[in-house]
Amino acid sequence: MKKSMGVTALFTALFLMASSPWAMAERLAIKGSTTVLPIAQKISEAYMVAHPETKISLSGGGSGNGIKAVIDQTANVGNSSRFIKGKEMKMAVAKGVTPVPHRIALDCIVPVVHPDNTVSNLTMTQLKDIYLATITNWKEVGGADKKIVVISRDSSSGTFDAWRGLVMKKERVTPRALTQPSNGGLVTQVATTQGAIAYIALGYLNDEIKALRVDGIKGSAETTLNGRYPISRPLFMFTNGWPTGETLSFINFILSKKGQELVEEAGSIPLY
Amino acid sequence: MTYREHTKGEMIPEGSSRGDRGAAPTDTLTGRGTALGEWVAESSLLIISLISIVVLGLILLFLLMEGLPTFSFVSVKAFILGHLWYPTDEPPDFGILALIMGSISVTLISSLIAVPSGVMTAIYLSEIAPPKMAEILKPAIELLASLPSVVIGFFGMVAVAPLMQRIFDIPTGLNLFTASIMLAFMSIPTICTISEDALRSVPVTYREASMALGATPFETISKVTVPAALSGITTAIILGMSRAIGETMVVLMVAGGAAIIPGSLFDPIRPMPASIASEMGEAPFRGDHYHALFATGITLFLFTILFNILAMSASRRFRLKG
Amino acid sequence: MTFSLSKNRLSGKRGTVQSIWFALFRGAAAINVLALFAVILFMVIQGASAINWAFLTEMPKNSMTEGGILPCIIGTICLALGALAFAFPVGVATAIYLNEYATQGKRVAMIRFAITNLAGVPSVVFGLFGLAFFCTVLKLGVSLLSGALTLGIMSLPVIIGASEEALKTVPNTYREASLGLGASKWQTIFRVVVPSALPGILTGSILALGRAAGETAPIMFTGAVFFTPDLPTSVFDEVMALPYHIYVLATAGTHIGETRPLQYGTALVLIALVLGMNLCAIIVRSRLRNRNRI
Repeated sequence: MKKSMGVTALFTALFLMASSPWAMAERLAIKGSTTVLPIAQKISEAYMVAHPETKISLSGGGSGNGIKAVIDQTANVGNSSRFIKGKEMKMAVAKGVTPVPHRIALDCIVPVVHPDNTVSNLTMTQLKDIYLATITNWKEVGGADKKIVVISRDSSSGTFDAWRGLVMKKERVTPRALTQPSNGGLVTQVATTQGAIAYIALGYLNDEIKALRVDGIKGSAETTLNGRYPISRPLFMFTNGWPTGETLSFINFILSKKGQELVEEAGSIPLY
Repeated sequence: MTYREHTKGEMIPEGSSRGDRGAAPTDTLTGRGTALGEWVAESSLLIISLISIVVLGLILLFLLMEGLPTFSFVSVKAFILGHLWYPTDEPPDFGILALIMGSISVTLISSLIAVPSGVMTAIYLSEIAPPKMAEILKPAIELLASLPSVVIGFFGMVAVAPLMQRIFDIPTGLNLFTASIMLAFMSIPTICTISEDALRSVPVTYREASMALGATPFETISKVTVPAALSGITTAIILGMSRAIGETMVVLMVAGGAAIIPGSLFDPIRPMPASIASEMGEAPFRGDHYHALFATGITLFLFTILFNILAMSASRRFRLKG
Repeated sequence: MTFSLSKNRLSGKRGTVQSIWFALFRGAAAINVLALFAVILFMVIQGASAINWAFLTEMPKNSMTEGGILPCIIGTICLALGALAFAFPVGVATAIYLNEYATQGKRVAMIRFAITNLAGVPSVVFGLFGLAFFCTVLKLGVSLLSGALTLGIMSLPVIIGASEEALKTVPNTYREASLGLGASKWQTIFRVVVPSALPGILTGSILALGRAAGETAPIMFTGAVFFTPDLPTSVFDEVMALPYHIYVLATAGTHIGETRPLQYGTALVLIALVLGMNLCAIIVRSRLRNRNRI
């Protein structure tokens, strides 16, 4: 019995001692968008090899939480697949925080289908109609007579947000769409589902799936950088004020040649 | 020495309390300064026992605290009966009817599989199987119960869903039907174990009387043993369904995730736990979406409480008078 | 009581009905057992090739597409043990109170009502509670401690149930003998009753430990993270955990196709861990039963 009381007491003590998790160790905390997560992970791994004294902790949570973490100063770097909103900026100012955006990469989102699908090009309007479920059969867009299986990302993902903004023009993706929590999940689904259509980040393309051209333009690093491909957007890392010390060296590393190579490896489009 | 009767028929997870030991001494004969020690011991045990109540209270409190703000931006009626779940749109729609229907449909269909299978297995184990066989099979059923839900979900995703897709020639294997099958295997152990306990608690004399009157073993099972154990079996079924409606990983991984009211067996669905689990990680902290997910949690919790109350009243109402 | 078929061979319609139904009963049992073996066998066949010493002892590498799962194994063990550290003392004390002290009454009824309902709370709701209470209000953040406490309150009803069961199997004569020899109630409970119930209590706790190790939903928002580069050094660190790792690799990973072997391997390790604990508990229990029978 004494022992059990001891354990209880210990836990109570732990409760009381609990303080901010970041106060204990010197480390770089990165949080936010799952679209930026693979980039951040690649960069962090390489960075920690080069700077063994630095410990980087990495978590997802979405763009909103990334920016919020910077505002609340619970993270040094907040990843976001969108720019900061006015509401968030006001909150930051109220807390005396100045979020500074760093454009670290570009994201190009390509519609993909099963490799057996004969369709190879869709217009923006057709894409929108498919995701509105006003087009429900592949024959309506020049393909075989097969039901379209619409697959989308979870509504909290940054990619979904971009798709909604750029393709759906704020109209709603049909509720009948299957949802997957990640790019990888979409690839697996499309590869095993004949009538499927989904949208993924360019870097996730492989030979199990087929990329579609949009308005006749093939999604690639080149068409994204020159602005011709319609479904692309910049990715950001936010810091509190101009970065200094460890954070500065981390941001510099991403923007370096080596860092941008890693961006490409992670499936996004490097800035140069 | 006073004796007390042990509380009977309460539901404790992991089997239950048939071993009624009848009596326990409640007072002591010793005096001599131990009285204070006794009092301290009993009081501290009581205080620790109250932790369960406190925890349940805290769960309720925090669900309400984080969930109720939802109703400042959406009415209860629009929340429960709304068809559209677009939590991140501007303006958002927070209607969880499709999620509720998803949960109910997957629970019902999985029960259609799990109830016969679980109860029949229980009958086999308690009435038919040779003791040696039962001794091997029972642990197997328990091991089935201990398979982590994420493993069952994963198995459903990589093995069962593609199989379904091929067999039924359907657009996707991630749907209501596949989820129901996987979920059934999660509730079968619950149904089976509790039903078996109930069947075993039917006095042997009932069976002997029935057999002596010329009934076949099957007639004895179907007309005597099972009816006599009905309260326990009902409890088992309700608890099995309660487990199914609250199960998260399986529906998250194999149900497809479309927030629609299913119209066919092969429609994808998005039950409440799946929605909470997949969206909570990215919902802005204490934003509308965050609160709405807590409110969904309250709804889910109410369902399981309802199941629990039904189970308790079932076990009380038809309690076997032996 | 079981019916022996050979001695009750029946002819005619009644016999046919019976053999059809008995075949169905037997079939149902067989399907359930087969399902268990199908899942295990599938994971063994698919996952065995991924398992080697390096897989078990290395950190994940290259965005978790290579390397091992050491942090997940450590994380899961820490989470489960942490859960037990909370649930075991509280659960056993509650069971002792309910079984040895409490008379029937409103208070006991309320405690039992709470336990029953706690047992029915969906795992994801525990996760929500952990997030709102441990992570936010107690400011523990996403940490090993938050995750372990969340799992701990979830295991509480299991441990209480198992401990009560064990306490009930202690014959009343033990208590009477001890009291008769002049021991106080407290002495009786801690020198006589609890020691003889201990194996049963431990069995139940191992089962609870296994269950805690396999849970995903309660730790998703409270303790487990996608990736952390080092092993936990304090209870305030975030951890990786086997169940969440499977989920992440299988659905939210960046290279799902390529990491299939890792997924199967991780699932196999988790199954081995959980089933191993359960088998231990089952073996211990059946030994105890046999011993008690004599």
